[in-house]
Amino acid sequence: MPRLSYAAPATIPDAIKLLSGASGLAKVLSGGTDLLVQLRSGRVKPELIVDTKKLPGIMGIREVNGGFVIGAATSGAAIGEHAGLCAAYPGVVEGTNLIGSTQVQGRASLAGNLCNASPAADSVPAMIAARATAVIVGPSGQREVPVESIVVGPGRTSLAKGEFILEFHLPKPAAHSSDAYLRFIPRTEMDIAVVGCGVNVTLDGNGVCTAARVVLGAVAPTQVVVDAAAKALIGNKLDEKTLAALDAAARAACNPISDKRGTVDFRIKIAGVLARRTAAIAFERAGAR
Amino acid sequence: MSKIHVTTTVNGEPTEYLCEAQDSLLDVLRDTLKLTGSKEGCGSGDCGACSITLDGRLVCSCLVLGVEAEGKSIGTIEGVAKGDTLHPIQQKFLEHAALQCGFCTPGLIVAAKALLDSNPNPTETEARFWLAGNLCRCTGYDKIIRAVMDAAAEMRGAAA
Repeated sequence: MPRLSYAAPATIPDAIKLLSGASGLAKVLSGGTDLLVQLRSGRVKPELIVDTKKLPGIMGIREVNGGFVIGAATSGAAIGEHAGLCAAYPGVVEGTNLIGSTQVQGRASLAGNLCNASPAADSVPAMIAARATAVIVGPSGQREVPVESIVVGPGRTSLAKGEFILEFHLPKPAAHSSDAYLRFIPRTEMDIAVVGCGVNVTLDGNGVCTAARVVLGAVAPTQVVVDAAAKALIGNKLDEKTLAALDAAARAACNPISDKRGTVDFRIKIAGVLARRTAAIAFERAGAR
Repeated sequence: MSKIHVTTTVNGEPTEYLCEAQDSLLDVLRDTLKLTGSKEGCGSGDCGACSITLDGRLVCSCLVLGVEAEGKSIGTIEGVAKGDTLHPIQQKFLEHAALQCGFCTPGLIVAAKALLDSNPNPTETEARFWLAGNLCRCTGYDKIIRAVMDAAAEMRGAAA
């Protein structure tokens, strides 16, 4: 077996050259909270690990024109400590901060959570609901894509060889808009989502929804953007009729599996319940803006 | 066979070591630097027995590569006491009998210290959530939480 090599390049071109030039498997290292577990178990056997954390801009959060640029390898702990981001996108932050323990938060990153490509990834539904984009760099240059275009199946992404995510962009929040993320787990902490739900809404001055994104996790091979659920919200206040339509739309969008965490029927039911509860939190937050 | 040379700081002391790319920082601490206070429980970031601080941030050393410590500052359980004087958290663990087999204790003390360094006055709920990544199969956690809360109170008194 070839020996594992490690590189921590200081420039983006060097990182791309290393990743695209590897003859065998090359893995990108951000926080390592998934990669090191996979290395140890033998599930992945790379010949090269490229640690991206020395690259300029890949760690840290910047406010730009009222929006946010989050470095791809920024830790969950750093995201949770950023007052401006917590105020503007509480749902993105609460989803991110649900990943693992305090120790895992010290390292785990948005790019890692996304590119590990688990259907149950806690940061991803709220990021998609927030209309976040990912800036990808690679041998053919730089491109910016919606976050929902990255995961294509469990453990699989749309990134080409040599490509990696440099940063995420969150747009400037509209007036009277906010977001929320909830997941169901059978305990209070340290578990993987049975179902996750991210909701981002914009209201008018009377509390009527003018824009919405509803995204479910862990109910299909990838996160699901539920357009019908957003349609159920837009043009309405969050009354019982709207909640019932939202619930039905969320359930209809599910295509889950049965596993040790939950059955198909349970996941579908919970998706509707979580959509209601998450929307209620997002509406309350947006109304308070 | 060329190993990678790493220059770092461990508990305030400049330190150098050689390691392979795949060696975890926990392996380096225990096997190369002979700092065996940090324990390996699960090796997958679930149990917290290997908790250390890396540039002040609480992490599992089993989920860090040894090579990643280049230029960083590492804090381990060995750096918590000052000579023969126990840290208040260590003292309170003894007073409250917050350990039985002791395997989880170094990680819990490092994690509790990181909590109290950033939040000197946590609620019990905050302490329990912060320490949720440190598993203990003996105590049932109650005595651990009492020790941490008591240490926090004592440290606030000492700081006042």
